[in-house]
Amino acid sequence: MIPLAPARRPAHQIRLSRRLASLTGWTLTGACLFALAALMVWILEVVFVRGVTALRLSVLTTITQGTGGGLLNAIEGTLVLSAGALLLAVPFGVAAGIYTAEYRFTRWATTIRFLADVLVGVPSIVVGYFGYVGMVEWLGWSFSVAAGSIALAIISLPYICRTTELALRQVSNDLRDAAYSLGANDRRVILGVCLPAALPAILTGVLLALAVSVGETAPLLYTAGWSNYLWDGHLTHSPIGYLTYAIWNFINEPFAEANALAYAAALLVTGFVLIINIAARFMLDRRARR
Amino acid sequence: MRAMKFRAWLALIAGILPATLAAIVLFLAFYSWPAMHFNGLGFVVRDTWNLGNLYANPIMRHGTQVQPGATYGILFLIVGTLLSTLIALAIALPMGIGAAIFLAEAVPERLRLWISFFVELLMAIPSVVFGLWGYVVVIPFLGHHFYPLIAQSLGKAIPFFAAPTGSGYGLLTAGIVLSLMIVPIIAATLRDALVSQPASLREAALGLGATRFEALWKVMLPGTRKTLIGATFLALGRALGETMAVLMVSGNALNYLPHRIYDPVSTMAAFIVSQLDSALQDPTGLAVRSLAEIAFVLAIISIVVNALARLLLLVWNNSQRSVVV
Repeated sequence: MIPLAPARRPAHQIRLSRRLASLTGWTLTGACLFALAALMVWILEVVFVRGVTALRLSVLTTITQGTGGGLLNAIEGTLVLSAGALLLAVPFGVAAGIYTAEYRFTRWATTIRFLADVLVGVPSIVVGYFGYVGMVEWLGWSFSVAAGSIALAIISLPYICRTTELALRQVSNDLRDAAYSLGANDRRVILGVCLPAALPAILTGVLLALAVSVGETAPLLYTAGWSNYLWDGHLTHSPIGYLTYAIWNFINEPFAEANALAYAAALLVTGFVLIINIAARFMLDRRARR
Repeated sequence: MRAMKFRAWLALIAGILPATLAAIVLFLAFYSWPAMHFNGLGFVVRDTWNLGNLYANPIMRHGTQVQPGATYGILFLIVGTLLSTLIALAIALPMGIGAAIFLAEAVPERLRLWISFFVELLMAIPSVVFGLWGYVVVIPFLGHHFYPLIAQSLGKAIPFFAAPTGSGYGLLTAGIVLSLMIVPIIAATLRDALVSQPASLREAALGLGATRFEALWKVMLPGTRKTLIGATFLALGRALGETMAVLMVSGNALNYLPHRIYDPVSTMAAFIVSQLDSALQDPTGLAVRSLAEIAFVLAIISIVVNALARLLLLVWNNSQRSVVV
């Protein structure tokens, strides 16, 4: 339906000061948007141009040696830590999301939803320091995959919970009614009907949580530590490298080859995060159009 | 019966979220208890962080083992955190509002999706990449070209902006980088709110003879005031706890209150990262516990700010929907 266009006065009948104010308004707001987009382009330009210059095959295939070498250990570590975080966070996060979506009017669901939103806002360094004093020191795990993964899992848990909830809410209530009227109980309705219907959207949410944990630094600095070597397979008492540490540490070194490693790591992390976000956007878009 | 059991299991598993939050707060409180006892309330008003003489034997003070001369105060961190957040908000608010208005009202609908997606991708860029960008290109640019300009113009009138402008590391740089990280939160939330305002509002305003911008500015925008306040609190919470980017561009000042907007500062979050290595040199362990006290204070502040933001968005919007950021 085309809305009726309201009758408008011709421009010359509007006082000049009002026309000027409007023009200024559009110009300023447009400038804000343009500035934001330009800054985004600037960041991407710095990361991609310097990153591509620094990226060599040897960076992907060799381990770090002092301030040079490659990033194989960091790439492996980022994958191990993020996979560990997802392994821990997905079952709990999805279950919590199911509860807050399917029993959304209970007081407990409201509380969980609210606290998940609050937990998203807890600074990642607080989670990291909690991991340090709690797991590294108090439990005596020292810098380790276990401590790093749990810290990352705490960060991604509320994301997964909330995206699962939003995904389940997209499922039409007719589907639930139909299943209940066929005599299914809560469990059958949720696990057999709602969850499969919401699965693509839930997976998108999990992917976005993966992007977040790949880009995190602060929770890992004092839980995972850093290592120049490949992971030895131990869950505790053995530090592990990761890409974001390489960015932070190697950009502060005075050597060109160390800086190159930082740029390469930044390219890998940013590229991965952007690809996931763009893919998630396309997935959500296609579903919305259907 | 079976259904009840299923539901109870789900409820129990969902309890891991409150349990995690409680564990973080309680454990940090428990761990930093000796430090809280030793530092007292003066922790937040003293502006000296001093580990004391690390080569001397520990002495007893107030029933706690400490190195001689040790004092822990974080006033300079609180000032640094508040000022950098304030600067970030002062830049991000007008910029976010402007961008949201233009996106919602002036950009054609087909383009709007893609442009807002591109701008909101800023939210996905990792903090350490912002730090890298700030460290490598923004600091030299601001330090050499932009700050001398401000000092020569604005600095003439207001001493806080006067020269020397330093090397580019410092409060203003931290605020500028932070502002870019929180702008998308404000822009995205406000754009959503503007788009979902009823079209009849605008039509009524236009019918009364308002220009399109007047309809927007005087009718549509006031209707989103509450959402805007909620989003601002969210952005505030994010800026207060931001770590890596601030760490890389703020200059990491110690025991120093900024006299000029270009001076180096440090924030509570960045300080925890930059000081742990030296805190570990304290044989009594009190320094590590005092850092835990900072983490505890930061946790409480961010929980209060975020809880307020969510409550405002929840109660005012009267909807269950919320932006996950």
